[in-house]
Amino acid sequence: MIGSTAGAPAAAIAVVSAPRGESATWRLILRRPTFIAGALILAFWIVCALFGNAIAPDNPLAQQLLATNNAPSHAHLFGTDMLGRDVLSRVIVGARSILIITPLATLIGVVIGTALGLVMGYLGGVVDMVVGRVVEAVLALPLVIVALLFVVALGPSAPVIIVVIGFIFAPLIARTVRSAVLVESQLDYLSSARLLGEKPAHIMFVEILPNVLPAVLVEFTVRLGYAIFTVATLSFLGYGVQPPTPDWGADIAANYGVLGAGYWWETLFPALAIASLVIGVNLVTDSIEQVLAS
Amino acid sequence: MTTYLLRRLGLAVITLWILSMIVFFAGQILPGDPGRAVLGPLAAPSAVRALDHELGVDRPLLTQYVSWIGGLLHGNMGTSYTFRTPVEPFISAALVNSAKLGALAFVVVVPLGILGGVIAALNVGRLPDRVISVTGLSAATVPEFVSGIVVIVIFGVELKWFPVSASAGQGASALSQLDHLILPAVPLVFVLFGYIARMARAGTIEALESDYARTATLKGLKRSVVIRRHILRNSLLPTITVIATQTGYLIGGLVVVETLFNYQGIGLLIFHAAGDKDFPMLEAGVLTIGVVYMVATLIADLLSTLLNPRLRLGGTG
Repeated sequence: MIGSTAGAPAAAIAVVSAPRGESATWRLILRRPTFIAGALILAFWIVCALFGNAIAPDNPLAQQLLATNNAPSHAHLFGTDMLGRDVLSRVIVGARSILIITPLATLIGVVIGTALGLVMGYLGGVVDMVVGRVVEAVLALPLVIVALLFVVALGPSAPVIIVVIGFIFAPLIARTVRSAVLVESQLDYLSSARLLGEKPAHIMFVEILPNVLPAVLVEFTVRLGYAIFTVATLSFLGYGVQPPTPDWGADIAANYGVLGAGYWWETLFPALAIASLVIGVNLVTDSIEQVLAS
Repeated sequence: MTTYLLRRLGLAVITLWILSMIVFFAGQILPGDPGRAVLGPLAAPSAVRALDHELGVDRPLLTQYVSWIGGLLHGNMGTSYTFRTPVEPFISAALVNSAKLGALAFVVVVPLGILGGVIAALNVGRLPDRVISVTGLSAATVPEFVSGIVVIVIFGVELKWFPVSASAGQGASALSQLDHLILPAVPLVFVLFGYIARMARAGTIEALESDYARTATLKGLKRSVVIRRHILRNSLLPTITVIATQTGYLIGGLVVVETLFNYQGIGLLIFHAAGDKDFPMLEAGVLTIGVVYMVATLIADLLSTLLNPRLRLGGTG
């Protein structure tokens, strides 16, 4: 789903030239109904991730082998799974793994990608060419497949997934930052800095970086959406958080075999949880983009 | 024009080469050795060494890469660790199956996406536009297995309209195959619809605001004629490119959809190869996807160059 990156550089350019003050921009973002809706969804899942064990009505790991595959009822609002575990509790506690992994992976990608992008855009040269080619090659593969390839090779664990996704994101983010830097480098303040004899490192990280931060912020939220998509998919394929730890993708994988028997609640509720988280992130991303682009 | 094509081809070759390195070395960072991975922890060390030697994985990395890439250039994609036979027959059979599923998804989503985008553009900012845009964005970002499960629950389990498994069995009629492919195609349509609709919408809006559209309206042409003859032709150009770009993401979705519906395509092949740590199969599968994607992008570039006179005459190309 790297597909929409085609439009990203243009958006980044628009972002950079936004003339408004920072606080005014934030007020505009906070006032958008789509932002409020998205932020509420995100806040809900963050609370679940932080205090899941306290909120959950049952122990998400407790098996009741006499109450397996029970349909939703008063005792179990979302029913029980094939081991008799409370689905609602697993959905609530399952927010934790994905909400730890995806922001960290995105952060790694944004930090490395921004540094690379600054160097590519400002210094150009060999780094620019090499990273540009690598981006093309990485873009030729679906994100899920590149991630799968590396995670299989390195063995599935949370740190591996975080680092792999971060490293795949880095060149893609670098490309967006690069085009934002190219716009900046034609502006007067940079020629002044250069005439003052500032070192390239100072110009890149002290002069340019603050001006491309809005583009970086948009890039973070967009990539966070892709990260959630990818991590959930890896989990579903069996290369994410390992059972019995509650995890939405892994729980779906464990239970979709009995879908044909009519036990839909064991897979549908974690599926809806993933869908709501992804939509929440996208509502937030969309409102930030809309305001910064206008 | 020729220079542009040659340059484009040259870049594609370099990209493929980098891709082959990424794919190969990803397969080689595996801790431990393939012989051990295939035979399991209880096998005798001598058996592991013998298998490593038979598979050729006890040679230096660079030698392995050179012989792998040399094989690829001769159409030899390697030998499966699991089956101990060449991987090509598996790859080509799986590719045919995936192409069937992908083609069905495309046949449905392309007209639907373009229609949605044009309707949204003709109603910019009004309800139909908001509904189409927000639905498209949400559907595009929900993982395929999530929408796949919702679809299975509704149409497979509750309504029982379609079979839940994608495989129609050996020698099934084309119609029965199609029946089995409808549910798996739906999540792919969901994911692709948003992008195609968004491109078609943007292209149509741009065309609507153009001078030639205003001229056509001012000279008294009917709105439907203006849309058909002047707007659509121009708005569909960028859409062609986006459709080709989506081929790669379609294949990414296939891994998940084929696993969910147990359909013997390239996605399921990669999934099983990953599970068995069958790296030659995995590498061949992933590289095949990369090649399919690059060919699709190349064709898209050619098409949009051919269809756009400004690019054809070498202005901005």
